[in-house]
Order: sequence, then C-alpha cells, then structure tokens
Amino acid sequence: MNWLPTSASTFAPQVDSILFLVTIISVVSIILVSFMLIYFVFKYKRKSVNDQTPAITHDSFLETLWTVIPTILCIVIFIYGYVYYDRYTTTPKDAYEINVTARRWSWSFAYPNGKKTFNELYVPINKPIRLVMQSDDVLHSFFVPAFRVKQDLIGNRYTFINFTPTKEGVFDIYCTEYCGLSHSDMIAKVHVVSEFEYAKWESGEEAKVENAYADMAPSKVGEQLYSSKGCVACHSIDGANGVGPSWKALYGKKREFTDGSSELADENYIKNSILYPVKGPDAKLVKGYGPVMPSYQGLLSDSEITAIIEYIKTIK
Amino acid sequence: MTDHHDFDKNYLENGKGFKSWFFSVDHKRLGVMYLWAIGVFFVLAAIASFLIRFEHLSPGQTIVSAQTYNVLFTLHGAVMVFLFIVPGVAASFGNFLIPLMIGARDVIFPKLNLYSFWVYCAGSIILLGSLLAPVDTGWTFYTPYSIDTGTNVIMVTFGVFVLGFSSILTGINFIVTMHKLRAPGLTWDRLPLFCWAAYATSLLQVLATPVVGITLLLLIGERYFGLGFFDPAKGGDPVLFQHFFWFYSHPAVYIMILPAMGIISEVLPVFSRKPIFGYKAIAYSSLAIALISFLVWGHHMFTSGQSKLINIIFSVITFAVAVPTAIKVFNWLWTMYKGSIELSTAMLYSLAFIFLFTIGGLTGLFLGALAADVHLHDTYFVVAHMHYVMIGGTVFGLFSAIHFWYPKMWGKMFDEFKAKIAFVLIFIGFNVVFFPQFILGTQGMPRRYFNYSPEFAFLHQLSTYGTWILGVGFILMLYVLCRPTGPASANPYNSLSLEWQMPSPPPTLNFKEIPTVNDSTYAYGTKIEQEA
Repeated sequence: MNWLPTSASTFAPQVDSILFLVTIISVVSIILVSFMLIYFVFKYKRKSVNDQTPAITHDSFLETLWTVIPTILCIVIFIYGYVYYDRYTTTPKDAYEINVTARRWSWSFAYPNGKKTFNELYVPINKPIRLVMQSDDVLHSFFVPAFRVKQDLIGNRYTFINFTPTKEGVFDIYCTEYCGLSHSDMIAKVHVVSEFEYAKWESGEEAKVENAYADMAPSKVGEQLYSSKGCVACHSIDGANGVGPSWKALYGKKREFTDGSSELADENYIKNSILYPVKGPDAKLVKGYGPVMPSYQGLLSDSEITAIIEYIKTIK
Repeated sequence: MTDHHDFDKNYLENGKGFKSWFFSVDHKRLGVMYLWAIGVFFVLAAIASFLIRFEHLSPGQTIVSAQTYNVLFTLHGAVMVFLFIVPGVAASFGNFLIPLMIGARDVIFPKLNLYSFWVYCAGSIILLGSLLAPVDTGWTFYTPYSIDTGTNVIMVTFGVFVLGFSSILTGINFIVTMHKLRAPGLTWDRLPLFCWAAYATSLLQVLATPVVGITLLLLIGERYFGLGFFDPAKGGDPVLFQHFFWFYSHPAVYIMILPAMGIISEVLPVFSRKPIFGYKAIAYSSLAIALISFLVWGHHMFTSGQSKLINIIFSVITFAVAVPTAIKVFNWLWTMYKGSIELSTAMLYSLAFIFLFTIGGLTGLFLGALAADVHLHDTYFVVAHMHYVMIGGTVFGLFSAIHFWYPKMWGKMFDEFKAKIAFVLIFIGFNVVFFPQFILGTQGMPRRYFNYSPEFAFLHQLSTYGTWILGVGFILMLYVLCRPTGPASANPYNSLSLEWQMPSPPPTLNFKEIPTVNDSTYAYGTKIEQEA
C-alpha cells in the first residue's frame, strides 16, 4: 500500500519530510506512553485491598522534564512547518500565471495566451506556476494531492497557489471545501507535460482538436463535450434525476417553467439554456429545479453548442 | 412542585412519574435527565454515522443518494456536537457530581438549573424539527453555501442559538456554585480535579457561547432579511463567518474534552490507590488550556485565504496549547507508578482514554505544522484526528464516568466481566473505524465526499467493518448497564472523595450536615515513604 500519493512537485518532498519527522516523534511517543501504561498495569497490579502505596504527589525533576521536552519538540515542528510554508507561499519572480475559476461543480482555467480549458489544467514541467483563483459562487478548494497543495477559492477576492511540477503525468484535482450536491464529483485533471509538448499544446492543440472534430459526426463530438465540459455532473442521459433535468428524450419534449409558461425543447431553446440558464434574455428555469447552472457563454464555441444539441437529439 | 418532601429518601425514590422528574430542581435528577437526553441523541447521531459508513462500502451510490448523504453527515455532526458532546459530560455528570463533591446540598441556583434543562429541551426540539426539511450544509454552516441552500438552515441555527443559553446559564450556575458553596476546609487546592475541569469548562461556556449565538443570528438575518454580512454578492465576507464560527467552536473543543479529562483525574487515583500526580499542574493546565484555546481558532483556517502572518501566529499558539496537554498525559501515567492498580471497567476506559487521546493529540501536531496542514486540511486525516479526540477522548471519558459512578447514581452494581467484553469490542471497533482514516487522509481522500476513487476502496471498507464491531460493543454495553446485578454499598471502591461518603444512591438533601474537609481529595497512600 502507498502511504502517500505520488510526489510530483518541489513542495511535495518538503511536506513529506515534515510528515516523516512528526510520524517518528509520534510513534516514539505513543510507544513510550503505551509501554509505561502496560508496564505499570502489570508491575503494580493490585494484590490485595491492603496494598501499601507511597503518597507521591509531585516530582519537580520529572515534571520539568516532560514540560521541557515536548516544548522543544513543538518548537522544532513549528519551525519546519513554517520554513516550508514560507517557501510555498512566496511567489517566484518568473512564475507562469494561470487563472482558475471554480463554480458548482466544475473548474475552468485561463492561460496567458488566451487559451481556455475546462476541467483539464495543462502545465509545463519544472516551471514555477502561480494560480490566481476565484470562485463564481460558494466556497471551493483547489487540492492536488500529488503536489500537496491546497487553497480555498472565495467569491469576493483572489487566492493563490504556487507550485513547480517535477513529474510528468496526469494527476487529480479535488474540490476540498464542501460545495453541495456534486461536491465529490468536482474533480479535474492536471496534465504535467514536457516543455516541448507544452509549447506544442499552446500553439496548436485547438487546431488539432478542430481537425479531429472535422472527421467526427457532430453528435459524437457532443458526446465528448458532455463529459469533458462537465455537463455530466448534473444532467444524466439515462433519465435519472440529477441537479438538472435529464437529457434523455429531451429534444422535442414540452418543458414547463417556474413562471408557469411552457415551451417545446427545440434547438433555440437548448442553445438559450446553455448560454443563459438563469439570467439573461429569455432565461427559463424548468419547474422543480434550482437556479444553479452557470452560463457557458465564452466557454463553448457555436460549433460546440451545435454538437451538443446534435448529441441531445440522439439520446432517446 | 410537591409540598411534601422527604429529604432523607434517596433521590431516585423521592417522587415518581414524569412530573416529579421534569419539574425537579434536584441537581442529581437533572444530571440523570441530561444523561438520558444526551444518550438518546448519541444513539440518533450514531445511527446516522453508521449509515454514512455503510454508504462508503463501495464507491458511488451504495444505499443512499448524494443529497441524503449530505444530510446525514450534517445531522450526525450537528446532533453530536450541539446536542450530545457540548452539554455532554459537563451537564450530566457536572450536575450530578459538583454539589456532592464540594459538600453542598444543591447548585446555588436550582431553579435556574431546571430552566437551563428546559431551554436545552426546547433547543433540541427546534434543532431536530429541521428534519422536516433536513439541512445539507455540514455542522459548520459555512457561508455562502448556508445562505444559498434551499434547506432549513434557519431552524437548525436557531436551535443552536437557543441551546447556547442553556450552556451559558449552566456555566454561570457552576462557577458561582464553586465559589460560594464549597464546604468548610475545601480550599481551591483541595478541590477535586473534576470540579477544576468543570470550572474551566464553565468559563469557556460563559465567554465563548455568546459569540456563536450572535454569529448564527447574523446568518439568520442574512437568510431571512437578505442582509449582507457574509455573502460576497452583497459585499460581505464569507471568511468572516469562519472567524466568528471558530472563535466559538475552537474553545468548544475544550468544552467537550476538559470535563472528560476531569473524570480521568478522578478515576485513576481511586484505582491506583495513589494521590493524583502533579495536582497543581493538572488544575492549572486546565485553566491554561481554557485561556489559550481562545487564541487558536485560526488553525482551522490555514487554507481559507487568511493572511500568511496570521497563519504563522496561529500555528505558534497552537503548538503552545499542545504542551499543557502533554503535561496532563504524563501526570496521569505517573499517578499509576508504584500504585495498587485495579483494572475495573471504569479504569479500562480511562486507560484507553490516555492511549487514544495521546494519538489524537499527536496527530494534531501534523495539522498544526503549516506546510503539512496545507496537504492534510479537509481530508480524512482531520476526520480521524477529531474523532480520536472526541470519541477516544470525550466519549471514552464519559463511558468511564458512567461505569465509575454507576453504583452512586443508581445504587446498584453491574456485571464487570460483561462490561469489560463490551469495552474490548468498543476499543477494537473504534480503532478499526478511525485508524485507516489517517492513511486515507494522507493519501489525499477529501472529507464530506459522497463518491470516492476506487483506489481508496479498501481502507473505506475496513473503516466500515469497524463500525459493525463498534455497534455490537455499544449494544452490549447498554445491555450490561440495563441489567444491574445487585445493590451497591456506599463506597464500593474505597474512594476518599465526598460523594462516596454518603449512601448510594444519595439522599435528596445530599448532606444532613455540611461536612468539614481536612485533607486533599486524593490523600491515598502512606506519606512516610515519600519522605524517606
């Protein structure tokens, strides 16, 4: 069994060294305590009710000893924790900044060159990264076990994380501040790639994806977007009730709204619901559901929206 | 109230029926009623936790939906914290024991004491009334989620607000009682350590509880009237709520644990036939812990976005609170040195307390260290740490008290052998439930997760199996306690403490004549040897 997750940032071995140090201190202490406890219980077991016992009430030497030693240990642990924390919170000058926005229940990332990704974070290896993070709604927390970093995201101000990835691979990003129904599914992936790969991704992946899309039926593209853009968190395709209405047999169905009106679910209705789910021109909320869906304006291209609509049409 | 009192009758027999209890101002009856109430709430919240663990038997949905899961962990946390463990030992055994231990006939304000109990009942009913539209915020009610959710947050928080008054009034009552009603000769440095612990707890209750009351009122105002204290959309600050909340809820951790520490300090000397080692260190460290506990709330918020400097300061003070705790553990251990140790059930629970609480305390060192907390915060590591302190500490302390004072409270004895079997099951079950969670958390498993990655499945399942052992242990313990074996003598353990120097169960009036105290409560052993 692995006691620790993969170690994939410069900060990870530092955290692990504190965990190791405190584990040693803890194991020695608990063995000492258990030994004293068990030894005393057997050694001084009651033999009769008339046992004579000494009336020891205090012992200055011992008491000083077990005040001073824990104090020293505590100071050492504090300093370790402080020094590494100080390094972790100090931003390197040449850090590469990526903006992170969390919303129920997805992550979006915006890069300096204008690229945007959804639930997938791309970072180059061995380069200091600084995440500038904000929440669109309730509190969230950005946690990558492999990097040992964690920071809450708040609605009214930016928070930051610094890390330098040291290992290529794909690692989990968890939300660790409880945020409601799909909290445990608010998982994204961070891709640590070589500098070369990263440059390639930065300049060309979009085109590559568009090309890949070119050979695919729109409904197939839509199927991919359904999971990669996070629709899956709230909308089922098997009719199961989620945070939002299921997509099963949605196309062409009569929708009843909270304001009492109703409408058939056609292409324009679906597009409008993706762009203006709660607020905006002609926003409609289906009866029985809360106003929780974030707008996908700017996150999906027109062709992607079309692909999603085509995909919905195929779910019968 | 009845006009006819028979003060010589034992308190259990002085009046029968619901009214004779529910309108009784007798501190012993109130203590027993609190014990029943917290017992019922403990069972309720424990059932919720068993369902939570059962849900985790497999990744994804096992028995309940995500929403039900979120409701269950909120219910478990809110009931355990506000209805069980905060009133907990202090209200039940504090009420029953303090007047007996200090040689008084009752607390100083008996009617206020009854009123506190009624307020507790009212608050409990309001809090549980929220089950009609059960809350899904977690027991911490973090904003802005708690403003945003459609569930019945107002009712739960109002329930907690009302419960706060019960806590404050009980605290005041105990403080004044200990100042005014100590028997002649019972100086502060002879006061039983349980009373010292209850005194420190009462201080916390009186000083910290108003803060959570006000905070929850602000939250209610925000939800009901749309005031913008915490909602960033209205210019409020969600992190402010966390500061307010933990300003109470961290001292509340010590409201929960200090009385249990007091119990350990009573049980160990009796079953070791030794004076408590380092009386003054234990008494003063109770007060020191109580005071420092007001200054460490920010260690719950290292990753919340508060400033770096503040984090560093809170980390320093957090380590400062670890030291008096370590001192207590070694003082308890050394109390057994050269003693005459009897492994009664109560003693076993107390020894288990020392072991489990030490693990709880040591794992706190991981969380106090800033860089390590960045990784461990809000993972199962925290869940395990907290339960080692709250169950391994407080609940084991409570169980020790229930067994230790059983003869005094009910006038009967119980089957020690069967009770010890229950102890073994509870001890093993507890460790199987919570120890794997330390590893889960270190591996990066976040808390409050309905779903989890398959790589965590084995440890989750192990933890769930532990709850079944624990459950059998609880049931066996209850069974044993419900089947007394015979009448108890006044002082079956030869304790020197005042409450054992009267018949079991105690007469309604406690003391016909107020006793005079000439020596320490812990004057066990022969003093000659010490001088040699």
